[in-house]
Amino acid sequence: MPIKDYIRERYFPHLWCSGCGHGIVLGSFLRAIQQLGLSKNEIVMVSGIGCSSRITGYVDFHTLHTLHGRALAFATGVKMGLPELNIIVPMGDGDALAIGGNHFIHTARRNIDITAIVMNNRIYGMTGGQFSPLSGYGIKATTAPYFNIDHDFDVVELATAAGASFVARTTTYHEKQLTNIITKAIQHVGFSVVEVLTQCPTYFGRKNDIGSAVDMMKLYKEKTTPRGSKAKKENPDLIERGIFVQKEMPEYCNEYNKIIEKAMKGH
Amino acid sequence: MMNENVKFFQGNETCAEAALYAGLDFFAGYPITPSSEIAEHLSHRLPQIGGKFLQMEDEIASICAIIGASLTGHKVMTATSGPGFSLMQEALGYAIMTEIPCVIVNVQRGGPSTGLPTHASQGDVCQTQWGTHGDHAIIALTASNHQDVFAMTVDAFNLAETYRTPVILLFDEVVGHMRERLILPKKGEVPLVKRLRTSVEGGVDYHPYLPREDGRLPMSDFGGVHRYNVTGLFHDMWGFPSDNPRIVQDLLHQLVDKINNNVHQIARLKEYYLEDATTILISYGSSARSALHVVENHRLRGDRLGLLELQTLWPFPYGLIREKCVNAKYIVVVEMNMGQILREVKMAVDQPEKVFLANRIDGVFITPMDIRNLLGLIQGKGV
Repeated sequence: MPIKDYIRERYFPHLWCSGCGHGIVLGSFLRAIQQLGLSKNEIVMVSGIGCSSRITGYVDFHTLHTLHGRALAFATGVKMGLPELNIIVPMGDGDALAIGGNHFIHTARRNIDITAIVMNNRIYGMTGGQFSPLSGYGIKATTAPYFNIDHDFDVVELATAAGASFVARTTTYHEKQLTNIITKAIQHVGFSVVEVLTQCPTYFGRKNDIGSAVDMMKLYKEKTTPRGSKAKKENPDLIERGIFVQKEMPEYCNEYNKIIEKAMKGH
Repeated sequence: MMNENVKFFQGNETCAEAALYAGLDFFAGYPITPSSEIAEHLSHRLPQIGGKFLQMEDEIASICAIIGASLTGHKVMTATSGPGFSLMQEALGYAIMTEIPCVIVNVQRGGPSTGLPTHASQGDVCQTQWGTHGDHAIIALTASNHQDVFAMTVDAFNLAETYRTPVILLFDEVVGHMRERLILPKKGEVPLVKRLRTSVEGGVDYHPYLPREDGRLPMSDFGGVHRYNVTGLFHDMWGFPSDNPRIVQDLLHQLVDKINNNVHQIARLKEYYLEDATTILISYGSSARSALHVVENHRLRGDRLGLLELQTLWPFPYGLIREKCVNAKYIVVVEMNMGQILREVKMAVDQPEKVFLANRIDGVFITPMDIRNLLGLIQGKGV
């Protein structure tokens, strides 16, 4: 099926700024769905609030645009309600790790079969450029006019520690890798976390004098390296890309079926 | 031989069993006194019928999970108490805005804040109506005994499906924890409202938010043939966000009018000795038990006392209250808060100065003596 058949054309043009990385993530995601050959009726996309969350409006799946930070909780209800469905949750910095941080770690701990795509632009875009828990120390933002003293989470380490059974990271510069990783994340049975470094030239770029969207993407090329590369050993400041965790673990819906089986037999 | 349908149940267990009777097959919750027995009971019972029980990380996640599950076609419920109910307010508004049926039980404790976890209070009445932000309407039911807890719980599910809206069951600690006799209705004895699903076939444009002529909105389950958007933003008939003033106004009217224009269909109340009553007690929940005791005692002495027991608290049945109280010399609202239903009754009647409050706010269950003392005062007989 051509890519254009996966989108709701009548709702375009989208609301993202020119140069925003979110469109690249949307493109990769749709190519992944295309490659997997999934039927549109078996996909539910659940999102919270923010620039990234608006993806749900543009795709022709069952779509649920919910509350800030709560997407994974809604998604858990949808998945447990109908486990045959494929659940995808696009999330921003705040949705995933500020207001939604608790749901994030608990969803990982349960290992329920949901794919979370964390679109990390290190800023709150929709509200006008305030710092997020992924901005990092020293960054400037509209609520950090001098500099930011909050340290950032490492999404990969956090998701791994919380129990996610598939954890990966890449960037909007590495589009082919992104499509490949999202494909694997959807195929994986269990909670999958894909962190995508995605540029916000309007706020993060401008506030921190990084330049245009192209400049920001070039930095993704220069400052990242494949996981376990020689370059990383020589320059520990490089950010690793690739799949960090991919393991078979009991999945929550399947586990619950065991409870049903036991309860129906009588103890 | 004892009838096996006669049970000696706790109120919370009764609510859980009634929910199952009504078709509940998905529950998510977070433990909190005095509601936890509902979750405990359902964790045991739901998997026996192939249903799902989830213990989430907090009350916010719990209500979000049931809303998500409702979209896949399940009948859903969560249960909590004051602090948890406060946490649920944002998602309650989401369920109102997106018109997703669900049932939320609040077994009240004393508040504000952590308050009095295991003591009696009815302090969340106004929060139930106005806890979530923005203009909206809400349905809230309550009960004073287990037979009515059962009936109101089944009703809550029926109303949630009929009006596509969250329904609040506002019980209190006394009813929740008390044990008494319950006669379980037989299967089929109480009518159940099934989910209204669209008859529009796949491939034909389905408008999830275009009400039918009768005001009802047929649903389509997630995973089915109709793919549509659900959002807490104001939205058009396809469910896509819109800030068009006409669309905003029409949707807000739809959300409020579908409930407030049906007050008479939603109103449930019980009348005791009202025909010739010159003094009318108005009460609800466990307080109504003490109120009824007072009325029956006074009747033995020939006093013309009556009781109006409210089972629907919201939408408040102003017209019915005015009608029933038109001949009363005194109206006494009996409740365990600082006058939350009193305000509504004063607004409903022609002479608000004849409305008095008999209450307790110290966590102790209001007794017949407390009510009698107030009656003595207003009738000039002293305490």
